[in-house]
Amino acid sequence: MSEKKRLDLEYSQLDSDRMRINVGPQHPSTHGVLRLEVEVDGEIVTEVVPHLGYLHRSFEKHCERMTYPQITPYIDRMDYISAMNNEWPYVMALEKMLDIKVPEKVEYLRVIVAELNRIANHQIAVATFGLDAGAFTPFLFYFRDREYIIWILEKLSGARLLYNYFRVGGVSGDIYPEFKEEVLNVVKQVRKTNEEVMNLLIYNSIFVKRTANVGILTPEVAINFGCSGPVLRGSGIAHDLRRDEAYSVYDRFDFDIPVGKGEVGVVGDCWNRNMVRVHEMEQSCRIIEQALEQMPMEGDVKAMIPKRIKLPKGEVYMRAENPKGDLGFYIVSNGTDKPERLKARGPSFVNLSVIPEISKGYMFADLILILGSIDIVLGEVDR
Amino acid sequence: MEQTNFIWEHFGVNLWTVLAVISLPLMFVLVYALIAILAELKVSAWIQERVGPMRTGPYGILQPVAEVIKLIQKEDITPDQSSKLLYNLAPFIIFTGAYAAFAVIPFSESFVPAGIDVGLFYVFAIGSISAMGIVMGGWASSNKYSLMGAMRSVSQLISYEIPAAMAILSVVVLASSMNMQEISRAQSGYFWNWFIFGGPGDWTKIFVIPFTLGLTIIYFIASLAETNRVPFDIPEGESELVAGFHTEYSGMKFAMFFFAEYANMFVVSAILTTIFLGGWNSPFGDFLQGPWWGAMWFILKAFFIVLIQIWIRWTLPRYRVDQLMYLGWKVLLPLSFICFLAISLFVMLN
Repeated sequence: MSEKKRLDLEYSQLDSDRMRINVGPQHPSTHGVLRLEVEVDGEIVTEVVPHLGYLHRSFEKHCERMTYPQITPYIDRMDYISAMNNEWPYVMALEKMLDIKVPEKVEYLRVIVAELNRIANHQIAVATFGLDAGAFTPFLFYFRDREYIIWILEKLSGARLLYNYFRVGGVSGDIYPEFKEEVLNVVKQVRKTNEEVMNLLIYNSIFVKRTANVGILTPEVAINFGCSGPVLRGSGIAHDLRRDEAYSVYDRFDFDIPVGKGEVGVVGDCWNRNMVRVHEMEQSCRIIEQALEQMPMEGDVKAMIPKRIKLPKGEVYMRAENPKGDLGFYIVSNGTDKPERLKARGPSFVNLSVIPEISKGYMFADLILILGSIDIVLGEVDR
Repeated sequence: MEQTNFIWEHFGVNLWTVLAVISLPLMFVLVYALIAILAELKVSAWIQERVGPMRTGPYGILQPVAEVIKLIQKEDITPDQSSKLLYNLAPFIIFTGAYAAFAVIPFSESFVPAGIDVGLFYVFAIGSISAMGIVMGGWASSNKYSLMGAMRSVSQLISYEIPAAMAILSVVVLASSMNMQEISRAQSGYFWNWFIFGGPGDWTKIFVIPFTLGLTIIYFIASLAETNRVPFDIPEGESELVAGFHTEYSGMKFAMFFFAEYANMFVVSAILTTIFLGGWNSPFGDFLQGPWWGAMWFILKAFFIVLIQIWIRWTLPRYRVDQLMYLGWKVLLPLSFICFLAISLFVMLN
C-alpha cells in the first residue's frame, strides 16, 4: 500500500465526533436573543437550527384588544430600529380602508422620515456587520452619524427610537423651522461617512477575504424562501416596493434600486448583501433631497378624520418597503374600533429562515457573518 | 560569568542583587502595562473620534489603575465542571511565558538580566509556553467556545512560528551571534547600521536591504499573531467565540490573561527592536548614547512598535482561522525562506 493511500485510510478511520454548540440566546453576535443550535465538525458548520421565541410578546393577540390608534406604539416595538418604516404600512392599511386622502405635505414628510430611518437602520446593519468581522472603528463612526438622524426624528416626534409618529390621516408633529437645513446637513454627513467606511472597511482586503464568496444565496433560493429587501437585492433581483408598487409619492422621485453586482465575489454573497445597504443609503439621500425640494412647507399635517376610528367590515392587506424587506399588515375588521385579527408579515422572520440553507459547509466564523449580513431584528422575528 | 548588568558590577553577585535583577523587569512590566492600557484606551478613542476616559484623574490617566482595582474586586469563578488544577494554573503559565522572555532582553548596554549566549533561541523557545497556557485554560474550562479557542490557538502557533524563526535566523546570520547584547552592539553607530537597513557594512549592503526590510515586516506580522492581536485575535475572536479561551475566567485570573497579553506585546516589540531596530543604540551615532540613554531609546522604540500594534488593532477586521494558516504557510513562509537564502548568500559572498 502506498504511503498516501495509507494516510487517507487513517484519516477516514479517525471518526471524530461532531460538536453541538448553542450560539445564543446570550451571545455577542446574535443581534438580540436568537438561539442558533449549531453542529460543527471541527470548524465547519454542518447544521444550523434557529430557535425563536425568546422575545415573543404576543403582539398579534394584543392587537385584538386595542383600538386602532393604540396599536401604533406596539408596531414600533416590532422592528425597533426602523420604527417609522414599520408604522407606515399599518397606517396606510387603515387609510385605505377608511378611504382617507392625506395632505400632500404629510406624504412628503412621511417619505423623509421613513428614508431617514432607513439610513439609520442600514447604518446599524453595516456597522454591526463590520463588528462581526472584527472591525470596531466603523461601528462607532456610524453610530455617531445615526445620532444626528435620531435627533431630527426626536425633534419631530418626541422620541428617540419608538416614535409613534404616524397617525391615521397624518403625522403627530409638524416640522420645525430649521428642519430642511438640518436634514440636508445629515445627508451630507451620511455621504461623507459612507465614503470613509468604504475605504476603511468595505474595500479592505481582509474584509473582502472574509465576506466575499461566503454564504452565497442564489436568486432561486432567495425567491423560494420569500426573502425580500437587501437580502433579495443582494442576490441580484431588483425588487423594491417603492418602485414596484409606488405607494405614497414614491413615483415622483428619481432613484435607482441597487442590486448585488458581484463586484467582489459572487452575486448573493455576504459582501454583496452588505454593499446593497451602503448603496441604498445613497439612494435614500437622493430621495430625501428630492422630497425636500418638492415638499410644500406650509399646511396642516392632519387630514379630517372621524373622532373614533371604526373600520368598515372587511379585510385589507397593505405592504411597504421596510429597510429589511417587505413588511405587510393584514387586518380583518368586524366593524368595531378593534381589529378582529391582525397579522404582520415580517421581513426579518422570513429572511432568517434562509440561514440553515446558506450556512452549511462554511466555517463557524462565517456563520456569524452570514447572520450579520441577513440583518435581522429579533423584536420583529418573535413579535 | 560575564558581567551583564550594572547591579552586579557595583554590588557583586549575591542573593539580594539577584533578586533585584529579577524584580527590576517586573517593576517595569507593571508600570508599562498600566501605560499601555491607557494608551490603548486613548488611542482607540482618538481613532474613533471619542475622548476616551476623562473622569479618573486628569485626562483619565488613572483609568488603568481603576480597572485593576475593579478586577481585584470581582468574584473569582471556577466552573464546576472544570479541571481545577489546570484551570487555575493556566493564567500564571501564560504570564510566566511572557515574563520569562524578559530574562534576555537587553534594556541597555549595561543591563540585561541574563546575558546568555543563545538569547534569541531562548526567547523563541520560551515564547511558545504562552500557547501552552492558552490550550490548558481553554481545555480546562470545559466550555465549547474555550475549547475551540484553544484549538485555534494551536493551529495559529504552528502557522506563524516558522516565518518568525526564519526572520530571527537571518539576523543571527548577519550578526553571527545569538547573544542579544552582541546583536545590539553590532548595530551601533547611525541608524543605517540597523539590521532593518541591512546592518553595518559598505555600499554592497544595498542588495540585502529589501530582504531585511521584508523580514522586519514578516516578523512584525508574525508577532501580531503571537500576541493574539487583531487581525489575528482568532483564539479569542469575540464575535464568534464570545471571548475564546478566557470565556470562563473572571477577576484576577482574567486580569492575568490581560496582563500577559500586554507583557507579550512588549516582548515581541522588544525583540523586534533588538534584532532590527538597533536595540539600545541611538539613531544618531554618539548623540545621547550611553547606558541610561540607551534604556530610553530601547523603551521608546519598543513602545513605538506597541503603539503600531494598537493602531492596527483599531483599524483592521479579523482574519478567519484558515486564512491565517494560508497566510502563514503559503505567503510568509516562502517569502521568509527567500529572504533567508538571499541574506545567507550575501553573508557568504562577503
